[in-house]
Amino acid sequence: MLKKLLVANRGEIAVRILRAAKDLGIATVAVYSDADRDSLHVQIADEAVHIGPPAAKKSYLNVAVILRAADEVGADAVHPGYGFLAENADFADACAAAGLAFVGPSGDAIRTMGDKVSARSAAHAAGVPVVPGSLGRVADIEAGRHVLIDTGFPVMIKAAAGGGGRGIRIANDLPEFEAAFPQAAAEALAAFGDGGLYMEKVIGKARHIEVQVLGDGSDAVHCFERECSLQRRRQKVWEEAPSQALSDQLREELCSSAVRLARAVGYSGAGTVEYLYDDAADRFYFIEMNTRIQVEHPVTEMITGVDLVAEGLRIAGGEPLRLKQRDIVMRGHAIEVRLNAEDPARDFAPFPGTVTDLRVPGGPGVRFESMLYAGYTVPPFYDSLLAKLVVHAETREAAILRLVRALKETRIDGLKTTKPLFLALADDPAVQAGAVHTRWLEGWLETHAARLVPDLEP
Amino acid sequence: MPQLLSPLPGTFYRSSSPDKPPFKADGDAVAVGDVIGLIEVMKSFHEIKAEVAGTNIRFECDNEEPVMAGAVLAEVG
Repeated sequence: MLKKLLVANRGEIAVRILRAAKDLGIATVAVYSDADRDSLHVQIADEAVHIGPPAAKKSYLNVAVILRAADEVGADAVHPGYGFLAENADFADACAAAGLAFVGPSGDAIRTMGDKVSARSAAHAAGVPVVPGSLGRVADIEAGRHVLIDTGFPVMIKAAAGGGGRGIRIANDLPEFEAAFPQAAAEALAAFGDGGLYMEKVIGKARHIEVQVLGDGSDAVHCFERECSLQRRRQKVWEEAPSQALSDQLREELCSSAVRLARAVGYSGAGTVEYLYDDAADRFYFIEMNTRIQVEHPVTEMITGVDLVAEGLRIAGGEPLRLKQRDIVMRGHAIEVRLNAEDPARDFAPFPGTVTDLRVPGGPGVRFESMLYAGYTVPPFYDSLLAKLVVHAETREAAILRLVRALKETRIDGLKTTKPLFLALADDPAVQAGAVHTRWLEGWLETHAARLVPDLEP
Repeated sequence: MPQLLSPLPGTFYRSSSPDKPPFKADGDAVAVGDVIGLIEVMKSFHEIKAEVAGTNIRFECDNEEPVMAGAVLAEVG
């Protein structure tokens, strides 16, 4: 078991990880920038180390300073949380070289899954369905024409070194393809210093469904799926489990494919294998693996009773997986919504400020993951996530009722938040029916956003 | 001397990306509506435009400096 954990993060996830460590009797160390002196994660940790100015690259992304802090306090492990250094393979290697347990997979597993082309190849090799397209880089336009036999149109031409939606072109027919391919190669070379391209079929209306896995470096299990189709600008806003779209048989196929991939790459810790699910074709396709704990992990914890963060800490301490697949069962339905410091009526403009008063929802089946307290000033330097409201009930219908009840109890005075968005979504017939896809929310917002006016209590 | 204030709290940037020259250098002339910098608030970027014109801008705030709402970014002479 780990003895002393340094949490290299801030905000709600730092609080979540510190709590899990304390529950296991592990001593805890927080780190903080100048902007986070008054943060809850600093207050609840056993020790806290100042790591620099507000700018993340000078503090939470500064590998040398974080490793020095771990050395100074005598930590034997580092948890990266999500964001910041969580998917930085060199940081994982640097922790290992410094004799620190990195709570997560090896640097090599992060590297394999971080590169879009190598991740796609690893998935294909593990028998995981991938979006029809090239298996690796497409050597030239002639090779590209052969790939079109599998993809058809429209087809995406993507930069192998791209990411986050950058370096993507879509061709709707052969002439467009012939024109776009050389342009994409030149652009990729200019933007990323690497002209490598790969190709994928465009999946029209698809759901985002992801599988939670836990691995110990040799064996792996899954904790079922989450559906996160409600997204704005590729950011998830509402996540739930299980997905309404899957039959039991398809769920089994999907989840076991994720376990095969995790085993194939020797995955260690908590991770998520992401898929697109095409309702019309009743097929799922691998898109990527996130090699870290995710924001929406509590949804899975609510339906399985597994503490994913605690399991990750045990694994990092050298324990083999405690749970067998048959031990992991799901019960009921869970929904998480992300309460962000944003004004949904004004194109989600960020709204940092001071929490003048706070009412946290409670009661059965309600969990509120947050770093807020009355009097806390939310700094403008980091992301806008204030709290995750997670509800659990016997059925999806009951979970939505409970979500509305808990949202109405919640007051975060002094800030504008995304609460009105979730009250409106919970009341929407398409959301109630689960009839959504990844581009549904953006269309809905065009006609509904103006009405999502937050109350701004004094 | 007229001042240009930050409308938002966040991080002030003098250029559109680290490898680009600053929008304005000390001593430059500015017209109303010229972009003089960016403020990053919670990972989103907002352009700061001059509300007054002048022949000589003097920055009071460094690149990548954290600022509060109302902070003086520059003076326009």
